[in-house]
Amino acid sequence: MATVTTAPASNPEPRQDPSQLLPSKLAHSRPLFDPQIVRRAVIESLRKLNPVTLAKNPVMFVVEIGAALTTVFLFSDFSGFTLQIAIWLWFTVVFANFAEAMAEARGKAQADTLRKTKTDSLAHRIGRNGALEDVPSSALRSGDIVICEAGEIIPGDGEVVEGIATVDESVITGESAPVIRESGGDRSAVTGGTKVLSDHIRIQITSNPGETFLDRMIALVEGAERQKTPNEIALNILIVGLTLIFLLAVVTLHPFASFSVKQAGAGQAPSVAVLVSLLVCLIPTTIGGLLSAIGIAGMDRVMQHNVLAMSGKAVEAAGDVNSLLLDKTGTITLGNRQAVEFITADGVSEQDLADAAQLSSLADETPEGRSVVVLAKEKYGLRGRHIPEHEATFIPFSAYTRMSGVDFQGRQLRKGATEAIVRFVVERGGRAPSNFQELSDRISRNGGTPLAVADGGRLLGLIHLKDIVKGGMRDRIAQLRRMGIRTVMITGDNPLTAAAIASEAGVDDFLAQATPKDKLEYIKREQAAGRLVAMTGDGTNDAPALAQADVGLAMNTGTMAAKEAGNMVDLDSNPTKLIEVVAIGKQLLITRGALTTFSIANDVAKYFAIIPAMFMATYPELGLLNIMGLHTPQSAVLAAVIFNALIIIALVPLALRGVKYRPLDAAGLLRRNLLIYGVGGLLAPFPGIWVIDQLLTLLHLA
Amino acid sequence: MTPLGLFQIVLYFALILAAAKPMGAFMANVFEGKRTFLHPALRWLETLTYRVCGVREDAEQRWTEYTASLLSFSVFGFLLTYLLQRAQAMLPWNPQGLGAVSPDLSFNTAVSFVTNTNWQAYSGESTMSYLVQMAALTVQNFASAAAGIAIAIALVRGFARQEQKTIGNFWVDVTRATVYVLLPLSFVAALVFCSQGVVQNLSPYTSAVTVEGAKQAIAQGPVASQEAIKELGTNGGGFFNANSSHPFENPTPFTNLFQMFLIFLIPGGLTYTFGRMVKDTRQGWAIFAAFSVMFLAGVFVLYHFEQSGNPILGNLGIERHATAAQAGGNMEGKEVRFGIANSALFATITTDASCGAVNSMHDSFTPIAGLVPLFNIMTGEVIFGGVGAGLYGILLYCIIAVFIAGLMVGRTPEYLGKKIEQKEVKMAMLAIIATAASILVFAGISLAANFAEKGYWNAPGAAIANLNNNGPHGFAEMLYAYVSATGNNGSAFAGINANTPWFNLTLGLAMLIGRFLFLIPLLAAAGSLAAKKRLPVTAGTFPTHGPLFVGLLVGTVVIVGALTFFPALSLGPVVEHFLMNSGRLWS
Repeated sequence: MATVTTAPASNPEPRQDPSQLLPSKLAHSRPLFDPQIVRRAVIESLRKLNPVTLAKNPVMFVVEIGAALTTVFLFSDFSGFTLQIAIWLWFTVVFANFAEAMAEARGKAQADTLRKTKTDSLAHRIGRNGALEDVPSSALRSGDIVICEAGEIIPGDGEVVEGIATVDESVITGESAPVIRESGGDRSAVTGGTKVLSDHIRIQITSNPGETFLDRMIALVEGAERQKTPNEIALNILIVGLTLIFLLAVVTLHPFASFSVKQAGAGQAPSVAVLVSLLVCLIPTTIGGLLSAIGIAGMDRVMQHNVLAMSGKAVEAAGDVNSLLLDKTGTITLGNRQAVEFITADGVSEQDLADAAQLSSLADETPEGRSVVVLAKEKYGLRGRHIPEHEATFIPFSAYTRMSGVDFQGRQLRKGATEAIVRFVVERGGRAPSNFQELSDRISRNGGTPLAVADGGRLLGLIHLKDIVKGGMRDRIAQLRRMGIRTVMITGDNPLTAAAIASEAGVDDFLAQATPKDKLEYIKREQAAGRLVAMTGDGTNDAPALAQADVGLAMNTGTMAAKEAGNMVDLDSNPTKLIEVVAIGKQLLITRGALTTFSIANDVAKYFAIIPAMFMATYPELGLLNIMGLHTPQSAVLAAVIFNALIIIALVPLALRGVKYRPLDAAGLLRRNLLIYGVGGLLAPFPGIWVIDQLLTLLHLA
Repeated sequence: MTPLGLFQIVLYFALILAAAKPMGAFMANVFEGKRTFLHPALRWLETLTYRVCGVREDAEQRWTEYTASLLSFSVFGFLLTYLLQRAQAMLPWNPQGLGAVSPDLSFNTAVSFVTNTNWQAYSGESTMSYLVQMAALTVQNFASAAAGIAIAIALVRGFARQEQKTIGNFWVDVTRATVYVLLPLSFVAALVFCSQGVVQNLSPYTSAVTVEGAKQAIAQGPVASQEAIKELGTNGGGFFNANSSHPFENPTPFTNLFQMFLIFLIPGGLTYTFGRMVKDTRQGWAIFAAFSVMFLAGVFVLYHFEQSGNPILGNLGIERHATAAQAGGNMEGKEVRFGIANSALFATITTDASCGAVNSMHDSFTPIAGLVPLFNIMTGEVIFGGVGAGLYGILLYCIIAVFIAGLMVGRTPEYLGKKIEQKEVKMAMLAIIATAASILVFAGISLAANFAEKGYWNAPGAAIANLNNNGPHGFAEMLYAYVSATGNNGSAFAGINANTPWFNLTLGLAMLIGRFLFLIPLLAAAGSLAAKKRLPVTAGTFPTHGPLFVGLLVGTVVIVGALTFFPALSLGPVVEHFLMNSGRLWS
């Protein structure tokens, strides 16, 4: 004997700390310094000393040439000082290599894991003559039809053309709960390498070997296809330009110094080791060494959020986004409407209405139905009741009657669309109160859905079903606005309902009764006004809009067309993640800017260390510039070089993790970051160099 | 520093501040082709110029065409100036019968005036005839200034326009700058100068016998007309060798103030023009504020050290403080009628702007006071700056400042709604590298150069023999020459005999690099900016009008400027200062 019980309404998503757009803990994050990754990176950073590879990074290439030059001069004119300079210059290059290798190694480790799952499985292909043949999955070509049984690995990317099955996609998503894949509709895409758990499906293969989603994913996380992003290239131009300028300043310092030495009749022109030291300290080695690591780590962070970005450019674009197009259902609101209020008709007690509403919904397994039961329980203390099935007749909802309910102990309890229920009541000799339609309309106007409740010929009242804006969503949208990002709600609802929800969620604009074409038009309009647009989508009809948007986040559950049109795929299929992707994009750009500013600001202190040291013998009066009180010229130069090398390694965690991102407006962010990385960068080296100088003197190294 | 001195500095700044808006609004109207109050009187001249030159007023140019026009204009100006000097002996209005100018000096001078540098390796009164002064030099004073303004306006259009291929018409911009801005103001200013005693004649030099019985030739000439544009166009090439310290060029404290006013009048106004043209005057005021901060800092540092004088003299018991009877401080190389405050102010202004007129000898300043002019020019003259050149120079720094720090707001950097991308960064870096290279490389070579016996280029021996001083001060003299030439300033630290083929050539090249390798990249950037969309301003947009941006901009100018030249400066004025304080002197 089956019984119907009340079920709890689906819980709202766990509320995030509203001050953080990025969750602090990630499901798929790995520790920053995993021993295995570090070992791999150390080896790789030595291998990267190869000048051919290093030439791609002009700043570090200059350092390497300087290190080589100093080493060569060591043979002709050996001194402990020059030896130490040479060693630290080599360390500077290795440290920068290490930063890049660390970032890459994290991706490579993940790629290895993915590659292990890429086993060559056997596919049951339907041959030309219609007979089933077993072929290795690597022999499959786009267009082939295969059959997959429970327990088998899906041999390649494709669309389900027949059947329905539960599939374990944990290989890709890391999520162990199985998902449903069925033919037709927006849940038809399957990915090679995933496993069918139940039933069997017929799949039309859509990709050739080597071009599958898994292959692309491996290539992406491994960074094999990594291209420099536009912003990275521009930044590279800046730091290469600065390197050239400092190269000029240091090279011409030689005749300047010779002139001064001759005139003063004291001291000697600075040695090559010292000139190289000055050069290396001045050129932006910090950002030069960490630039590519920042980019790779940014991609990796997106990956840790279980989003697969097709290019670094897409992540960068996410930071620039001006308008976010968010689907109402599932993103702004919980997937389903919920009962929030019972409104009684004249002369009916609330208790009666709640009782009838609950009884009529007991058999209603839809989330809306469950929410009525929950409301009755929470607000009126009506506990869930067991109704023996043989004592009651449940009337299921049909599109024709537009109502559902139960016949129980002689009562005919119904709930449904207002018009349908009124007709039901009138047919049984009842009468609708004159203001009833008005009450119902008011609910509609406020963005809700009215459900009328009747007990036979007696009209009891209305249930107010409402779209529930996700917890914390309003805060996040307000944060986005502070960051200068407009949010636009996309919904199929009528404009009235849409406006009500839009104002409740606090979005800046909405697109009601939106068709895929409307979406596309909207995006084009925004772009014409100079705005960058991000959106999510999963259906095939979303594909044009996803392709048009600057950032198109496709859901993994979506169709292949959608996934191919977007430039990111969310493996968790959580559209809210678009906001996180934007935050990561911004964090990436901020990290670059912060380290560039830091790097340039650092130079001031290094001048004060090296210039007086360089000309101490020629012009002892320049010792007044030695404001740090460094012990000897040698210790000063060495301390500056060591600081310059160590700061790279010290900033590796920051480069890999990204600077702490706060959703502030631009002026606030600028003030904060300029203070930390600009002023901080100006001041930090003074104590840093001083401490190293103290240690060097203490250890009798200089 | 004396209260009267401080008052004069404040008064001067108040005048510039007051003039910025009316001047800027007027120029915005001129360059946007709107009618101004001068149109009824001067429009005929503008249209006549177009008709004679075959210019179509409504034809727009891409950045490449704009640059080509500028280059052909400059080449023509160069040839004219060069040939007039070479043919001077055969031409009229040469009452002193001055001979042809040497080829290398003619080259240097022609380059100098075409590039708005007005470096003068010659003495006007003993080298140039009245015809050359008027037809070659004064004409170029107008032409180079008008070209500078035109380029600045073209760059501003790059920011103001969107999705357009063109940045205006060079010929129209130059004509309008000349007809509505430079000519009328110069005309009025010349009359003001005449009223104060500046000479304006074509007479031969007057012979006089001094009280001691010595014979003296008193130079004459059409001075007032050249003087006006010399300041207004931030040219700075004096009619006489003594420049604005000569009583026929700058006779009274009033003309001194008026000259300084003219130097900053257009550069100050252009900040407002810029704000008007990009439709956000706050942007213009932010730049004006950055200018002001750097200008006032420079004046007060310079004034402080000049008024403090030389401690070595103080140690000898010589009074260094200002009293009712004497100026105190360091009066060497200064005109008594201007005093320390007005000399300090003039020196700061002339090197902030790419003017180069002088009313005192910068070579005689105390070391740190001498560092200020040097540093002002090293920044690229972006403290008000030359007419047009100051604005396009500071916009270059805006691009760099926004690019470095703009990333820290988490967006692709943008300035005035224009994304700063590869092309802009590349062009800005090119301009900075070119000027830094010119200064450092030429100075480095000249410090090391040794010339052969009977060579053409220079007197035999080391090039540094051309310097008047040894030690750090000699170093500063050499550095200053190339800084001044590259920066298109033209002021002389002096203390160097630069009229030799070697210096004429290398300084001439430095001027060409400083002018054209700086502004061509900027015009390219203007072209790329004009083609871009203008992004809407949101809360996420990097704000470029508040104090924060002003601070950032000043920081970028100082750090990018100082970082490149800090080693050089520390071997020059910085160490000289320390040496002076420790009582050590150089001959």
